[in-house]
Amino acid sequence: MDLKKIKPYGDTINDGKVQISFTLPVPNSEKGEVCAKELAMKMGVYDPLVVHRESLEKNFSFYIIYGSLMHSVDFTKIHVETVETNHMDMKEIEQYIEENIKREIVVIGASTGSDAHTVGIDAIMNMKGYAGHYGLERYKGIQAYNLGSQVENEVFVQKAIELNADVLLVSQTVTQKDIHLQNLTNLIELLEAEGIRDQVIVICGGPRITHELAKELGYDAGFGTKKYAEDVAAFFVCELENRNLVNKDRR
Amino acid sequence: MGKLNLDWNVVKKARNHAKNIAINVQQFIDQHTTISIERTICRMIGIDGIDEYGVPLPNVVVDHVKEKGNIGLGVCYYLGNAMIETGLTPEEIALKVASNELDLTKCQKNDNFEIRLALEPFVKKNLAFIQSNKRKREQTQKQYGEKDGPEIYVIVATGNIYEDVTQAVAAAKQGADIIAVIRSTGQSLLDYVPYGLTTEGFGGTYATQANFRKMREALDEVGAQLGRYIKLVNYASGLCMPEISAMGALERLDVMLNDSLYGILFRDINMKRTFIDQYFSRLINAYAGIIINTGEDNYLTTSDAIEEAHTVLASQFINEQFALLACLPEKLQGLGHAFEINPDIENGFLYEIAQAQMAREIFPNAPLKYMPPTKFKTGNIFKGHIQDALFNMTTVLTNQKIHLLGMMTEAIHTPYMSDRALAIENAHYIFKTMKDISNEIEFKTGGVIEKRSNEVLDKANQLLKQIEKIGMFEALERGVFAGIKRMQNGGKGLENVFKKERTYFNLILDLMLEELREG
Repeated sequence: MDLKKIKPYGDTINDGKVQISFTLPVPNSEKGEVCAKELAMKMGVYDPLVVHRESLEKNFSFYIIYGSLMHSVDFTKIHVETVETNHMDMKEIEQYIEENIKREIVVIGASTGSDAHTVGIDAIMNMKGYAGHYGLERYKGIQAYNLGSQVENEVFVQKAIELNADVLLVSQTVTQKDIHLQNLTNLIELLEAEGIRDQVIVICGGPRITHELAKELGYDAGFGTKKYAEDVAAFFVCELENRNLVNKDRR
Repeated sequence: MGKLNLDWNVVKKARNHAKNIAINVQQFIDQHTTISIERTICRMIGIDGIDEYGVPLPNVVVDHVKEKGNIGLGVCYYLGNAMIETGLTPEEIALKVASNELDLTKCQKNDNFEIRLALEPFVKKNLAFIQSNKRKREQTQKQYGEKDGPEIYVIVATGNIYEDVTQAVAAAKQGADIIAVIRSTGQSLLDYVPYGLTTEGFGGTYATQANFRKMREALDEVGAQLGRYIKLVNYASGLCMPEISAMGALERLDVMLNDSLYGILFRDINMKRTFIDQYFSRLINAYAGIIINTGEDNYLTTSDAIEEAHTVLASQFINEQFALLACLPEKLQGLGHAFEINPDIENGFLYEIAQAQMAREIFPNAPLKYMPPTKFKTGNIFKGHIQDALFNMTTVLTNQKIHLLGMMTEAIHTPYMSDRALAIENAHYIFKTMKDISNEIEFKTGGVIEKRSNEVLDKANQLLKQIEKIGMFEALERGVFAGIKRMQNGGKGLENVFKKERTYFNLILDLMLEELREG
């Protein structure tokens, strides 16, 4: 297998098999099918086969297509920025706090702005956690405050100051028209305006968040799906040390 | 009836605890009014529109009274009094208040009896209009015939009412029976209702009276083509809860989310404010023949669906009693619950059936609102489609009524047209191929399902007993629901709760109650 030319896999190396589905704003017809095929070819799919089409409404139709992708990617040249921490479990993190931080870490979290979804922040913070991974509320040495959903950035920052928080966790789940990016940027601006950006660790998370994106937006780290409380906590306990925030003024 | 051998003695006890809990809170409710109730009164007397700064006139009038007078006397008093003094209509009075040409608190005082008389024609006109809406709904449903089996409920959430209409009409044609227009996020915390047709919302579309009307017209039109009455849903929750109910009654919505606890728990709205608001709001829904939906499903997205199942049942009992106090009959009580057990749990599907069947048997006449899996949707759309299939099967096995369709793209984006079409196709397939299965099956005596349902019932009864003992306010402070603690004097909106003066009156409430009690 040539790692310099990686393609999707159906049942034979380099067959490039992909499935695509989409809706077109035209009636379900032969013409619609040809249109769907041509679009697939423009995407770089050769031999596209429309395996299914159906009408969704008078002027909308739905297509499922299989085909072979002509493009390939050089796997050896891919560089991904990930959060660099040693993996620790809850016990190890608690021990790390006891030995290295020697005080309670204050963490506040919220689903900010217009986002009403709490699934993400709850998974990280609530006692119960998610899928067998306990949340931060259960950690010895961590004071966790989950502010819930639709928390305005201003309120969030105010609360951070009030509680003298060490770590700010922001969750963004479902968004529309990229409003989450605006919202995330706005939080960093507010923290800078208050002059506390460098005194706190700011982390964002959600299904559309990558570490790279988070860094770009001015966050210390970003966590996507399949990350649990211990991944987040392992990062911030080390980061508190690295950034010399362990002995910051406890007002 | 009954397939679960539920202990009906425990059901009776639980219901009785819930009744006492609700009556206790009702005493508090009856002594108070809120700024949003007073604004609702304005709306139902016929005050609509906005001032030159875009502030809704009901806000203008009530803020004026709050600032210069005593809301504890009720806006009815001030408006009716000004009508006698000026000979103007309520709407004309509102405009004069907006332009600072009239101070309601400076009018000479008239007799309360005279004031009521002055207001009555305006109130009665709007109440009659709401009754005509109710009749129109009933007639159309009769004409087309009511649907047998689960009603398919889908959401639209584009942020733009015109785009919503396109999506809703398509969904109706694909087979949806109920369309909910999700509100723009954050609207629940606005202390006013936006005005006019709107095209910019986030994660949803603003609930405005004009938007309600626009969608109602579109659904009536497509319903006539299809020979089905398509129900329209919105959200009477947040700081404007009763105002939205009033708008819904005036624009013939059919279902309103209207929970007695949701705002307290999930939007941190003050508990006193919420309880007072929900009563008037539910009275309006009862009067308009609107089904309410409650939000117990949300407990399970936050807490564990197995451990916390009894809190859902306890809350349903409480919501039922609050609804009855607001004259809402069982057939208008769309109590909520959800399919949210972790799919990795062995026999999880059996527990889902147990909980769903239990709710069905305990609330036999309620059009239960059953919510699809969301918490354990992963982004794997293929698995998600199967999770939704299991959910659809549970509904048909246990005869749920208001069936919110799960979307395979849950937790990815607000539904695309094709997501909705595939979800409807999935539900249709299952509802058809399994149509009469619930008549064919019984559950094993002493089996997993029977045991589980009785266990949940027992725990719910224990919890209700405890809540009755400490009172609802204290129970919420201790965080009995969804593990969320709320303080009696915390949260948003408490500053706009007012104690009623001895002479306070709310003519709309009085007239509605009179009619509702006469049946």
